[in-house]
Amino acid sequence: MASNSSGGSSDRQRIAQQRLRIIAGHLQRPVDGDSAILAAECKAQGSKPDTSREEKTVPRRRQEIMKWNGWGYSDSRFLFNKKGQAEFTGKRYRLSGMIIPGLKDWFECTFGASLQHKTPATPLLNSSAVQPPTLNEAFVEELKSTGIPFSQDAEDRVFRAHGHCLHEIFALREGKFGRVPDMVVWPNCHNDVVKIVELASKHNVCLIPYGGGTSVSSALECPPEETRSIVSLDTSQMNRILWVDEKNLTAHVEAGIVGQDLERLLNESGYCTGHEPDSMEFSSLGGWVATRASGMKKNIYGNIEDLVVHIKMVTPQGVIEKSCQGPRMSTGPDIHHFIMGSEGTLGVVTEVTMKIRPMPEYQKYGSVVFPNFEQGVACLREVARQRCAPASIRLMDNEQFKFGHALKPQVSSIFTSFLDGLKKFYITKFKGFDPNRLCVATLLFEGDREKVLQHEKQVYDIAAKFGGLAAGEDNGQRGYMLTFVIAYLRDLGMDYYVIGESFETSVPWDRVLDICRNVKARIVRECKERGVQFPPLSTCRVTQTYDAGACVYFYFAFNYRGLSDPVHVYEQVEHAAREEILANGGSLSHHHGVGKLRKEWMRETVSNVGMGMLKSVKDYVDPNNIFGNRNLL
Amino acid sequence: MASKAVYSRDPMLKKRDDFEDILEERRNSSDLRYALRCYAPVVYKGLCPSKAGTLKSMVLQSDQLHYVIHQVCRETGRAVDDVQEEVSSILEEMAHRLQLSTVRFFAFTLSKVFKTLFRSICVNEEGIQRLQQAIQEHPVVLLPSHRSYMDFLLMSYLLYTYDLALPVIAAGMDFMGMKFVGEMLRMSGAFFIRRSFGGDKLYWAVFSEYVKTMLKNGFAPVEFFLEGTRSRTSKSLTPKLGLLNIVMDPFFKGEVFDVSLVPVSISYERILEESLYARELLGVPKPKESTSGLIKARKVLSEDYGSIHVYFGQPVSVRSLAEGRVNRCQFNLIPRHIPKKPSEDIHSFVNDSAYRLVRAQEENMVLKPWVLLASLLLQNQVSGQKRGIALDELTEQAVWLRDLSRQYGAFLHWPEHTPPSEVVSSSLSLHRGLVRISEGRVQLALGQTGGPAAPGEPRSAVTPEEELLSQAVIILSCASYRNQALHVFLRPALLASAIHTASSNKKQEVFNSFSFLRNMFSNEFILCPGATVQDFEEACYLLVKTGALQVTQQDVLVTERGHRTLVFLTSMLDPFLQGYQVVCRFLCEEATEALTEKQFIPAVRKFIIKHLLAGRLRYTEVLSSDLQKNSLAALLRLGAVRKIKGAEQGTLKVNTVMVNSLEDTLGGKLPTQKAVIARL
Repeated sequence: MASNSSGGSSDRQRIAQQRLRIIAGHLQRPVDGDSAILAAECKAQGSKPDTSREEKTVPRRRQEIMKWNGWGYSDSRFLFNKKGQAEFTGKRYRLSGMIIPGLKDWFECTFGASLQHKTPATPLLNSSAVQPPTLNEAFVEELKSTGIPFSQDAEDRVFRAHGHCLHEIFALREGKFGRVPDMVVWPNCHNDVVKIVELASKHNVCLIPYGGGTSVSSALECPPEETRSIVSLDTSQMNRILWVDEKNLTAHVEAGIVGQDLERLLNESGYCTGHEPDSMEFSSLGGWVATRASGMKKNIYGNIEDLVVHIKMVTPQGVIEKSCQGPRMSTGPDIHHFIMGSEGTLGVVTEVTMKIRPMPEYQKYGSVVFPNFEQGVACLREVARQRCAPASIRLMDNEQFKFGHALKPQVSSIFTSFLDGLKKFYITKFKGFDPNRLCVATLLFEGDREKVLQHEKQVYDIAAKFGGLAAGEDNGQRGYMLTFVIAYLRDLGMDYYVIGESFETSVPWDRVLDICRNVKARIVRECKERGVQFPPLSTCRVTQTYDAGACVYFYFAFNYRGLSDPVHVYEQVEHAAREEILANGGSLSHHHGVGKLRKEWMRETVSNVGMGMLKSVKDYVDPNNIFGNRNLL
Repeated sequence: MASKAVYSRDPMLKKRDDFEDILEERRNSSDLRYALRCYAPVVYKGLCPSKAGTLKSMVLQSDQLHYVIHQVCRETGRAVDDVQEEVSSILEEMAHRLQLSTVRFFAFTLSKVFKTLFRSICVNEEGIQRLQQAIQEHPVVLLPSHRSYMDFLLMSYLLYTYDLALPVIAAGMDFMGMKFVGEMLRMSGAFFIRRSFGGDKLYWAVFSEYVKTMLKNGFAPVEFFLEGTRSRTSKSLTPKLGLLNIVMDPFFKGEVFDVSLVPVSISYERILEESLYARELLGVPKPKESTSGLIKARKVLSEDYGSIHVYFGQPVSVRSLAEGRVNRCQFNLIPRHIPKKPSEDIHSFVNDSAYRLVRAQEENMVLKPWVLLASLLLQNQVSGQKRGIALDELTEQAVWLRDLSRQYGAFLHWPEHTPPSEVVSSSLSLHRGLVRISEGRVQLALGQTGGPAAPGEPRSAVTPEEELLSQAVIILSCASYRNQALHVFLRPALLASAIHTASSNKKQEVFNSFSFLRNMFSNEFILCPGATVQDFEEACYLLVKTGALQVTQQDVLVTERGHRTLVFLTSMLDPFLQGYQVVCRFLCEEATEALTEKQFIPAVRKFIIKHLLAGRLRYTEVLSSDLQKNSLAALLRLGAVRKIKGAEQGTLKVNTVMVNSLEDTLGGKLPTQKAVIARL
């Protein structure tokens, strides 16, 4: 994700470099292997060391590098140091190792929180608090004979019993575990999955596919009423790019690969998928397919449904896939659409053929300040109307603008701080923008250099018509950084009585302003009515534009001091906010999915007949409810 | 079963705010300085600042109007420009031109006028504070009761006094007739709407968009009268839904987070239009509003009209009202600017809300001791006491009624530290035009000397009919004061009458009878639709609480000491019962094939006068055209009379059998059950 805009190399040089990269990629290919060889290797792989394994991000024992009760890598976290300054640890991110001077004040003012009042998490996972596994002996025996690795270790099981909903993380921090999977299996390839599903069907074991574990819809929660043995099927070891087809610009990839690996590996060959959901560091290709994911740069590359050419899924009835890779077909309802968004209720996605694109030559961030949110939305609408949206265009409201501002790292030179001051003076004093109303749009352009610059001008010209002022690349880039660190920030909040979450929707253009205002107001009101002592942070941004509408993302957090059951209050408020979204013409979800969290609204969302259709598909494909995570329906 | 709900609604427990007299300060400081003082009201937090002029262009450019204009063009083949021009002229005719200078002018002159007319104007300040809060948070709709022309000027005057945002007021077109005054009102915030524009969708679109634009942008609080027109009888009128629908619409469609509805109760100790209304009800047509007429009205300036009480009620959130009642998703599938007829659930929601709001107005209406005296004097007059009632007996009865009404939750303003006899005599003296005291006895001023309420009329050679009418003026004026207290006694009175007419003490039968009466009178009184059981329970609760009734599982029994209460309550309702009966009788006996709706009132009036003169009717009150119209509306609603469209406009077709049986049921001659069946 690092910006490619730095450096002054000419176009010609760039092209040459890119070609070199592509050639280098070709040379490397035997290392990645091709599908025929891999299929043969598959069986014996358990014992053999894999050369490509070292580069991969996700080990079997995820807890070795990731937090078991919070977001992301163990080495990266926000904390308030002894001086009371916020800093971000580790080395992985641009913000890593930096002091963030403004965060403490923002945090205290926004939430009425205090560094004196801490709510630390239980530091270690207490294995004895985890229920002993309910095992299906016959299944375990037969599984052993296949040589597919599995584990009944408490840590492994707990790690796969949750996504990242607030209530899930909150419970973990308190050291509370509900129903967790009874064992974890790590298939290595498609055929392994076929075997596991066959055995599960044979022995009536419940399977829950697990990809990146970044779900925020309670999709990974084990149904407490499930009495069968629950097996978590972790796809993380199915993470190879099986082949790249440069003639058709497609790549065939195993579904367990996580976003950052997929991009990095393709980049090595000079390609990319361009699919960058905010969770791409950890979320997996199979998870994207199963939840109908959306990426930040969908304006150029499309959402997952536009990117997918071919899907292979293993179900209790067998394997489902299409017979060819035609770019579009008129062969009845697209069976891919039964798979996409099935949320693990029908089977396991094992392999996907995806479109790839040559890496963009040039990337440029940008930002525009608007005097108010209304003008900003009007501008985005116009950009969408003219169909000239950059790779990404997002509009943050005033609260989020301030939030982003609070995350500015300490500036090293007096000159930059002087420039910042000047900028602020220009915008608020000279241009008369009200600092409590202005809002900012962040932009990301991609493509060849000339076109990017042309495109940039077009967008800035439109923005100017709506009172927008260009506010620099830096602001833009920081805006995108926010999306990667926000989840880490939630962990910091939870250390100090602050809980929160994000949720999203999609809505027609004419409703965007209304839904933003009403949902934010509803959150504030619900919090007040439920005894939350301080006004909550209730903020939104428009994150995607479409021809007929936009995707809106809400952040909501509050200080829960004085509440006896904060999670319950949180859930009630979120429930009310979702009702408000639906009442204002918003969708149940744009890309997070339904899971179990939003199931109750499915019927009204897709109608009775729609529910019946989905149910009958489930009944045919999985009559014994082997894929028993009970999402969606 | 619903006793809990009744308890929580027990009006006695409701704490009401204290009042403050705003005229007091006016009497002690300069009116000019007051009119010129700094005025900086708090405004809606989401306000989009705009001038009255820009409002018009916002309306003209709205999607909704564009849509309707093109629709009209398509349907009629007119040119777009042509229709657009019509829209502009409609808007021109409608729009207000609120400006502070005019308001300041009114602030000055009204101060002078109010000080001469009224002893005090009392306002609940806590209500003002609540209103101020509400104005900042959400668009506000002010819903005052409507008893006098004075209402809307008074409202603006009060808001100016308390430094609150000045409202824009929906006013009837009839004001426009008054050339200069019309314009003055326009500049003080009135906008004018035609009385009827049923099928004119262009007009409706302009009008609704205009109101919504002002509301959504927080331009000003929108004020209108739920009752649609001034109540000539002081009874609340059944609410009109059009404007309420319009102001709720932005909430339904998510264009605002919420809308606050603020019921305001304005009670006059003495209504300026007192005898004017009575005569209007008796068929003397109301004079067309004209500036010269207003000047002639100057003589009212020399009289004492007592005090005014204005109670700003608790703001009602449309969002809370609609919770669980309205599914806002119904607007998701059609662009919001395309006008749509409100769905069934929206319609019934708006209707229910309207009734609740009018009830809130009623409940916060301050009652003066005179209201109780008027009730007692009317009952006394009917009971045939030619010499009136002894003053001390009247005082005793008034004290009894005071206590009873308080137990029923009346918002009674009875001076605490004054002996009751003094309270009574000062009330009587304020209304000396309506009562006569001689030899320590009080009666209505119906005497042969000619009522003082009809000065200037020739007194010689009075025909019996003229005499009857001049007595009726006094009685109807008096009844309008009694009517102010009707809402307090209504539910117990319906129960009392039901017990009276029911053939047995069986609870079920009493309930049937109650339900029949309630249904019959639902055009006459404010009875929330669908709340029969609740009303019955409330009535039982109140009568049991006061020891007048014993209600067991099966039976409803009147106690020894409850007798007096029940007699009073039934007498309260009797004029209405008789009125409906006589209308029924008229329709059965006299209605010809060709009776039109227009002819109905004069014909029924003639019929009633005949019967009154013959002494066959007890209640002169039944001459009230309001009562006659309401009973016809009830009969139409029940299907006993039908309006035939076509040939001659609004010919009435009477179902004699049904009307007959309704009449008998009202008179208690027929058990309720049969009437119910007949209705089916």
